[in-house]
Amino acid sequence: MPQSQDNALVRDIANRDYEYGFTTDIETEVIPRGLNEDVVRLISQKKGEPQWLLDFRLQAFRHWLTMQQPTWGHVDLPPIDYQAISYYADPRGRKRQGNSGEIDPELQKTFDKLGIPLNERLALSGVAVDAVMDSVSVKTTFREKLAEKGIIFCSISEAVKTHPDLVRQYLGTVVPYRDNFFAALNSAVFSDGSFVYIPRGVRCPMELSTYFRINAINTGQFERTLIVCDDGGYVSYLEGCTAPMRDENQLHAAIVEIVVCQDAEVKYSTVQNWYPGDRQGKGGVYNLVTKRGLLRGDRSKLSWTQVETGSAITWKYPSCVLKGDGSSAEFYSVAVTNNHQQADTGTKMVHLGRNTRSTIVSKGISAGRSQNSYRGLVRVAPQAEGSRNYSSCDSLLLGNACGAHTFPYIDVNNDSSVVEHEATTSKISEDQLLYCNQRGIPPEEAVALIVNGYAKDVLNKLPMEFAVEAQKLLSVSLEGSVG
Amino acid sequence: MLQGGSHPLIDRHRASALAQLKAEGLPSRKVERYKYTDVRAMLEPDFGLNFSRLPLRFDPRSLYRCKVPGLGSTLHYVVGDMVEHKTGGQQDGSFFVGSMTEFAKRSPELFSTYYNKVGGDSLAALNTMLVQDGLVIWIGKGHKADNLIQVVNLSVGSVPMMANRRQLIIMEEGAEASILCCNHSSTAQPHLATEVVEAFLGEGSHLQYYQIEDSAEASSLLGTANFVQQGASRLDYASVTLSGGTSRRTVNVSLEGVGADLVMSGLVIADGSQHTDNNLLVTHCAPGCHSDMLYKYILDGSSTGAFAGKVMVRPGAQQTDSQQTNANLCVSPQAHMYTQPMLEIYADDVKCNHGSTVGQMYEAALFYMAQRGIGPDEGRLLLQQAFAWDVVLRIGLLPLRQRLMSMVEERFRRGTSLCGDCAMCQTPNS
Repeated sequence: MPQSQDNALVRDIANRDYEYGFTTDIETEVIPRGLNEDVVRLISQKKGEPQWLLDFRLQAFRHWLTMQQPTWGHVDLPPIDYQAISYYADPRGRKRQGNSGEIDPELQKTFDKLGIPLNERLALSGVAVDAVMDSVSVKTTFREKLAEKGIIFCSISEAVKTHPDLVRQYLGTVVPYRDNFFAALNSAVFSDGSFVYIPRGVRCPMELSTYFRINAINTGQFERTLIVCDDGGYVSYLEGCTAPMRDENQLHAAIVEIVVCQDAEVKYSTVQNWYPGDRQGKGGVYNLVTKRGLLRGDRSKLSWTQVETGSAITWKYPSCVLKGDGSSAEFYSVAVTNNHQQADTGTKMVHLGRNTRSTIVSKGISAGRSQNSYRGLVRVAPQAEGSRNYSSCDSLLLGNACGAHTFPYIDVNNDSSVVEHEATTSKISEDQLLYCNQRGIPPEEAVALIVNGYAKDVLNKLPMEFAVEAQKLLSVSLEGSVG
Repeated sequence: MLQGGSHPLIDRHRASALAQLKAEGLPSRKVERYKYTDVRAMLEPDFGLNFSRLPLRFDPRSLYRCKVPGLGSTLHYVVGDMVEHKTGGQQDGSFFVGSMTEFAKRSPELFSTYYNKVGGDSLAALNTMLVQDGLVIWIGKGHKADNLIQVVNLSVGSVPMMANRRQLIIMEEGAEASILCCNHSSTAQPHLATEVVEAFLGEGSHLQYYQIEDSAEASSLLGTANFVQQGASRLDYASVTLSGGTSRRTVNVSLEGVGADLVMSGLVIADGSQHTDNNLLVTHCAPGCHSDMLYKYILDGSSTGAFAGKVMVRPGAQQTDSQQTNANLCVSPQAHMYTQPMLEIYADDVKCNHGSTVGQMYEAALFYMAQRGIGPDEGRLLLQQAFAWDVVLRIGLLPLRQRLMSMVEERFRRGTSLCGDCAMCQTPNS
């Protein structure tokens, strides 16, 4: 590509706008800033939680106090003042009491604007939605229809009340509060999130989706999602997220736990579009998340698919612990960074069971002055005989001020497993561009075509509803220059 | 005591090295680059240090004379950390091979310019603090060294000893040289060697640098090698570990001039409880440089292999072309392999890739051979050899390549790579 066009492309990518950056003017109950045991008790009290959950939170909080914020990531994470954040914001606040079941029209409007159907008239979309704004779940659709099959899909706060035994049985079993600094923080102050239980042998008839929205200023979001798929069950779960444009950074420290039992299958897809900050790198969400699935049963399956386009800093590794014999896991990821965004993301595949299989396909696209890192671990335990892993990590560089990095870790502890890893980093192929140009495709469209083709392996793995959104998001990311 | 036996130009770096060591401490396994090797445990035994600098009481040539047939080589002996005097001071106007002390006396300015220029982490500082003498190889501008320079590092002695070895290699513009370093030990006592190699390759120079590790299981090595390459220079580096105890090699190559070329190869054959950790960092600082890395491990018994190879492309190092391959065979259920191929890239017009595999021998190939009357044991041996030869074939000197092939075969067939010619080979690990 000629230098001038190359520069125009980079400039245009850097100039893209964030279309979900509006704020909702709604009365929100926010507790005072700061974090101590009283705040933890207050959150628990506001949610009307049982004593065992309060004890869980307090244990986590006390452990968090003994920990240091990690620094090993390839991100420049500024010190976070944990006392300057409010840990609970309820946008329904005082309105809720008089009008149970109905949601505030402002909230309805907000989610309509985000394209999230909270009204069941949109049944044709085939997606049940749990909409979470700040610290509370606003509405969960299609619950009754799902309940007919015995499927539980509700906010985790509600599940604690309605299905305490199930929550207590699984909460913290996949990501214990001692796991890491942000997991301990989340376990102490987690607000809302979704709870999914798929009973034995049930195939969930529709996609389940949770949409997370941060709205209130100076708050953090600490949602917690727990998905349990019992023997022979199947569920496809989607997660989306956005936040308003603010000059201050906002913290998002979530936990997602997935338990997959024998012969069950879970497909987890994320389109992460938190506010990435402005062109100078001011503002944006710090997305510091722990996501992990435990493939507990034999022949269980888990697939993570993620499209990461947002956040000022993304630091997360959706992981799989392949414990059941013959279990299999997949990780497909497209991570786009632009302007001053930083991403250190990847996956961990821990093979514990025999004849387990895992696949990792990661595509990174760096533009502007961003830094995009893939970090992954494949560990094969001595007893995980006959295990197999294949990893492929490609990075594409758009511009000479950005960075693309690959940090895989491979630990193999037996002589019957095969692990393969390959990675490439390059800019867009001049040959491919020339080929397109020769056939009358202008340079910008050619770049769009190549980038889309490059990410196709991952986008194809998304459920249709999300694939459309992800493709739109990708084209918005590269708008003006690549079509 | 330390400053008594060596040249003041060596001594003057000790204080800052000690300060660095105090500030950083010895690396623990919590340090990312030392995750797989317990350096502190390696330093735990009560090692003796040769401060008194007594002259050698034997002729190392009578003990070890493994010359490579067909390759005219000049042998230079380093016993522990003593450079044998007979070897020292080969010099005409165009080259020098000999002791650091000698070189510092003859060319103090040149020595000061290069000695400890690159530095390193606290392990390199430990060596700088303790080193008494070492070997300097200086090749003058445009000089082509005809003979292979063979450096024999010997660990001998009946008590646990620590040797602090040092090499300073200066290749002036257009110089060419081939260096072979053989590390050999003949003792069942724990011996630890710390080793720092500093090599500076001037414009258009060509260095072939090969290391063969053939030591006893009680020996351990903490090595740091820093290579700095100027424009259009070429480095062929190979490290072959045929046997050894616990070894950790850090190799840093900095491609600082336009069009510098690097070929790195590594072969590790390990069994028993051997532990071999190779940690590479290749930094592309200038445009148009090329690097090609191939490391292979064959792990048997309960041996452990670790490989970390990072390619870093600095801003502005456009048209970088880099490949890295790490292939590993675990042939025993107790063998462990840890591998980390890494890319860190800050320039966009680059072509970088890496690949890493851990697996077993190709069953179909074994079956194919079995059909043709080659039994499973012999079939496995042939496959292992073929796997290893990919690395050996990258060695530029044909006689050395042939010698290594026979040593590798010997290693697989009899578990030993000894030549049988010299006293050391006839009484190994005595």
